[in-house]
Amino acid sequence: MRRWIENAFRLGVKEFASLSRDVVMVVLIGYVFTFAVYSEATAMRTDVNDAKVAVIDGDRSTLSGRIKDALRPPYFRPAVEIDRSSLDGLMDKGAFTFVLDIPHGLEADFLAGRNPAIQVNVDATSISQAGVGTAYIQEIVAQETTRFLKQASVETLAPVNAVIRAMFNPNLEAISFTASMGVINNVTILAIILVGAAVMREREHGTIEHLLVMPVSASEIIAGKIWANGLVILLAAAFSLHVVVEVVLRTQIVGSIELFLAGTAIYLFAVTSLGILLATVANSMPQFALLSIPVFVLMFLLSGSFTPFESMPRALQLIMDLSPSTHFVRFAQAVLYRGAGLDVVWRDLLIMAGLGAGFVAIALYRFKAMLARQS
Amino acid sequence: MEAEPATAVSLWGVQHAYGKVIALRNLALTVLPGCKLAIVGPDGVGKSTLLGLIAGVRRIQRGSVNVLGGDMASAAHRNEAAPRIAYMPQGLGRNLYPTLSVYENIDFFARLYTQPDDGRRRRIDELMRVTGLFPFAERPAGKLSGGMKQKLGLCCALVHDPDLLILDEPTTGIDPLSRRQFWTLIGRIQAERPTMTVIVATAYMEEAGAFDRIVAIDDGTIIAEGSQTDLLARTGATTLEQAYIELQRPERRGVRAAPSVPRLEPDGGPPAIVAEGLTMRFGDFTAVDHVSFRIERGEIFGFLGSNGCGKTTTMKMLTGLLPATEGRAELLGKPVDARDISARTRIGYVSQSFSLYEELTVRGNLELHGRLCGIGGNVLRERVDEALSRFELGKVAETLPDALPLGMRQRLQLAAACLHRPDVLILDEPTSGVDPAARDRFWSLLLEMSRRDGVTIFISTHFMNEAERCDRVSLMHAGRVLAVGAPRELQAARKAASLEDAFVAYLEDAAGTGAGEPSVNDEAVGVVEPTSVRLNNNAEVAQTPRLASMKRIWTFARREALELSRDRIRLAFALIGPLLLMAAFGYGISFDIEGLRYAALDRDQSLESRAFLDQFSNSRYFVEQARLNDDVEIDRRLRAGELKFAIDVPPGFGRDLLQGHRPEVGFWLDGGNTFPAETARAYILDTLQTYAGVLARAANRANGLPAETLRVEPRFRYNQDFRSVVAITPGSIMLLLIIFPAMLTALGVVREKEMGSIANVYASPATVGEYLLGKQLPYVVIGVLSYLSLLAFAGGVLGVVPKGSLLALSLAALVYVYAATAFGLLVSAFVSTQVAAIFGTAILTAMTAAHYSGFLIPASSLEGPGRIMGLSFPPLWFQTISLGVFAKGLDTPAFARELLVLAAFALGFLLLARLLIRKQGA
Repeated sequence: MRRWIENAFRLGVKEFASLSRDVVMVVLIGYVFTFAVYSEATAMRTDVNDAKVAVIDGDRSTLSGRIKDALRPPYFRPAVEIDRSSLDGLMDKGAFTFVLDIPHGLEADFLAGRNPAIQVNVDATSISQAGVGTAYIQEIVAQETTRFLKQASVETLAPVNAVIRAMFNPNLEAISFTASMGVINNVTILAIILVGAAVMREREHGTIEHLLVMPVSASEIIAGKIWANGLVILLAAAFSLHVVVEVVLRTQIVGSIELFLAGTAIYLFAVTSLGILLATVANSMPQFALLSIPVFVLMFLLSGSFTPFESMPRALQLIMDLSPSTHFVRFAQAVLYRGAGLDVVWRDLLIMAGLGAGFVAIALYRFKAMLARQS
Repeated sequence: MEAEPATAVSLWGVQHAYGKVIALRNLALTVLPGCKLAIVGPDGVGKSTLLGLIAGVRRIQRGSVNVLGGDMASAAHRNEAAPRIAYMPQGLGRNLYPTLSVYENIDFFARLYTQPDDGRRRRIDELMRVTGLFPFAERPAGKLSGGMKQKLGLCCALVHDPDLLILDEPTTGIDPLSRRQFWTLIGRIQAERPTMTVIVATAYMEEAGAFDRIVAIDDGTIIAEGSQTDLLARTGATTLEQAYIELQRPERRGVRAAPSVPRLEPDGGPPAIVAEGLTMRFGDFTAVDHVSFRIERGEIFGFLGSNGCGKTTTMKMLTGLLPATEGRAELLGKPVDARDISARTRIGYVSQSFSLYEELTVRGNLELHGRLCGIGGNVLRERVDEALSRFELGKVAETLPDALPLGMRQRLQLAAACLHRPDVLILDEPTSGVDPAARDRFWSLLLEMSRRDGVTIFISTHFMNEAERCDRVSLMHAGRVLAVGAPRELQAARKAASLEDAFVAYLEDAAGTGAGEPSVNDEAVGVVEPTSVRLNNNAEVAQTPRLASMKRIWTFARREALELSRDRIRLAFALIGPLLLMAAFGYGISFDIEGLRYAALDRDQSLESRAFLDQFSNSRYFVEQARLNDDVEIDRRLRAGELKFAIDVPPGFGRDLLQGHRPEVGFWLDGGNTFPAETARAYILDTLQTYAGVLARAANRANGLPAETLRVEPRFRYNQDFRSVVAITPGSIMLLLIIFPAMLTALGVVREKEMGSIANVYASPATVGEYLLGKQLPYVVIGVLSYLSLLAFAGGVLGVVPKGSLLALSLAALVYVYAATAFGLLVSAFVSTQVAAIFGTAILTAMTAAHYSGFLIPASSLEGPGRIMGLSFPPLWFQTISLGVFAKGLDTPAFARELLVLAAFALGFLLLARLLIRKQGA
């Protein structure tokens, strides 16, 4: 056992040497954990952000003016007034995501209780903004009419006074979410490619074969790759969270970063093992590259870091439950945003570790077959 | 054509350095046309550099290099001279394409030098006949034996009828029979074309003897020059090999090993290695066919045979790397077992190709090796120092192996293999490419280990003088052992003058009986008539430069396509991967949030509060969870992610409501993930409005009083049902058409850099631009195929059909795929390893396309660096077109600007890639 640890240690140290010689690779790693995270987070401060909105004001009343003025940053760009005839052309070009169509006589009809409506034209191809943005517009219209009625001292119908507060993230700023999810996605891509391609390269150069003639076992080779590359990524992720997310982006992380990093370590074990498994399946570097694309793109887009996991079809959810990234995203959201402790996240941690062990087992099983195949 | 210049090659004051290491110093050399020149010298003295400079594949640092009447520093002259020069770089088949067949390889080179179509086939057939490769025309180059690979390399070099033939160690690692055939071939070709100049670097002294002139190089300068007779006379030696050793500086000379030291008497233990009926089959190909032998302890056992005859496979079975299909192998009295780790500490293995770490220094490699074998501390330091001095690696201890010549790399491998003092050394051609003096020293080391320490040595080699030093040798051919015995016995048995002759006789016998590769011996038997060697001097037909250029582009495209078509798995991944992902996106990415989990804390427990909460439990948006009991529970369950929101109904809710006091109800959202939180808020507001309406109707007060809020009627355009798949699919096409084509292409150039075949481009008349354009073409085709399949899948399976101009979309897709593949080429030109190429492409394409290009979030609402990144990358522009055609039913004229921008990207990437690849090595 001591020998095993020593050998795994030595082989890992060698990985550092390999990595440090590849300058482009080091620069890329630096890039993804700093600039890429920063730009990803700042590009979207909230889910609806600077949406382009226009108004066709057919009423020109106090009420319609108030509503128009209330469409303001950060959610909306200041509303532009357009003519009804240009509506279709402008929407075709994608110039506006929302166009409010205020009918003639709106204010008068409203005060008379005739229940008029404002039509909102929504470009429904921007699916992430269309729904939420419409809700915002509804909310803004509601606020403005309430104020308008108060000024006019008219009795209204509103039965309850709803107070909605968001816990953990009072202003519902997407920036904290996007930033840390960006770190997570980078961890995934990097872990799969860095480790998988490292195995692939050693195969192509014959060095693995050479190691196997020495008193070194396949498990030691795999362990060396996992710990060394995992450590590099872990450090990069820690740096990214502390410096980029907390200091530069001034985002508040609610939970314990230490717990998060511990979970990341487990996750890295699982993903790096997956990378090695993929490398034992592919026959050449180009094949490995093509095989890894679907894997990391699926993990990237369907694990709940991009779109809500709950809204995926049940069958797909079950499949994605086999991906460690799904559990990691769940874990990360609980810890980073809601400040959850080990009592809440232990299950996801356990599953990640189990999946990792499974991947390693298959990779080990395939290791010899892979060597026989290439000769 | 101009008058023949007086000299074919003249060098003057040439100096070349790699970093601090000086390869050539102030070297001058003149070669007359038609001369046959051999360059000999140990490894790392600058032979390959010299040849590279003459061939024009390396940049001249200092001095002048004149080749075929022009200055090789001038690119114009290089282009003009390239078709007249043939260059075969060092390394077995390094410049060949392993998946291409013999014919296709030669054909590629013929086309590259724009040989006219008519007669090309005939000419290739001729060359194949002459070299005996004709029966193997369809065999992939990677599956040829070493000798055949070199012959193929020669065919590729000769196909364009050069005036100057440069061969860098062409016979290194080839069996004696193939070597003889190779030189006979060169001799004949030269006899046919006396004006052709041949320059060869070689490690085999006996080969150099047949040349007009021999130039011996040491330490970057010429130490002796002249014919064989001159050199022998000068040194008073009987063989060239001896003469060479004499010429070297004394400290370089090795000690002549005395082969006569008797073997240690076996101590009665079991034999070191036993093989019985060892057989290995790969599919229906039998690589090793019932091989049996027995090697005693302390014996030096030589393994001879042509490349690809099964030596390496046999050795791998003995080390446990490959499980034998049949038969039994024993090592030191125990059956070979791959799982037996302790047995491995008793073996040292040197594989044929360099298999140590390029990224570790010489010392680093040795230390790692020692540590892995369980040596540590002072012992390790001593052993490493000892190995460094013993194998003369002290000076390069801190150098990376990549910077070392072949011979030194081999020495390093041996040093590593001996570090842990193994009982058995298995050496697979350890001296290939090692110069004579170094080989001599190497053998004295082996003898010392065998005779003094009793180490058993199992070695494969091509050198007959090495075989003669073995206690016993085994001749192997086509997977079978032809003969085993002491070298003298074998020689006597065949009544041959030398062991080499004996070996050749055995090989010819085996070939005669029809085993293995008979036709390799064709011309040795004299089947081919000399006339067929005559080269077609009229092959060069004047072609306009543009036509020639187009043809070369086509040649590169053709070759790339052929290689691709051989890799079915890669093709399948490239076409199926995108479809799989599109399906996953179509079904998986959804912003339709339903079933939000919530729980209520009802502190009132009145009829009214229950009626209020019923509004939520009856909504399809929400799923109610177990009731909350106190404030702490709200926090705990939200934190655990169990709830998306919680409702807090205050005490006295019902009373206040009835009295019109507008009670305050608290809603607590989980704000961690903002999108569901925003959605939950919108649904809550919606539900509250419905509730207000219900109450108003119940109170019959709806008429005459305004509701608190105005009605807002959303009209979802372009996607009335607000289906995610409609919005996602155009974006999926955008995303997939950049990731896959870019990734496929990205590995193209860097892989050739790693494998070495890029030297073909350096040496040929083709420009980098032609090379890139040609390489890109097949990937564009795959990209377009992928586009068509995605389009069909979107319409047929997902039910998303473009409403607008299909022509506009297809045109855009074509330009977009061009841009994507050009980006791949750019990455490929920029990075130095395949790993970095994969990672770089993945990060740059996937991230930019998914985040900043309007895939899920409209590009118009991005800000900061993300906005800039989106604008400066093709996907954003394609997305506008894709979305416009699919969802909005727009037509071509609407996209003129986007199309232009995409085309500009394609061109820009290509130009950048062109600038980054230099047509010469350092």
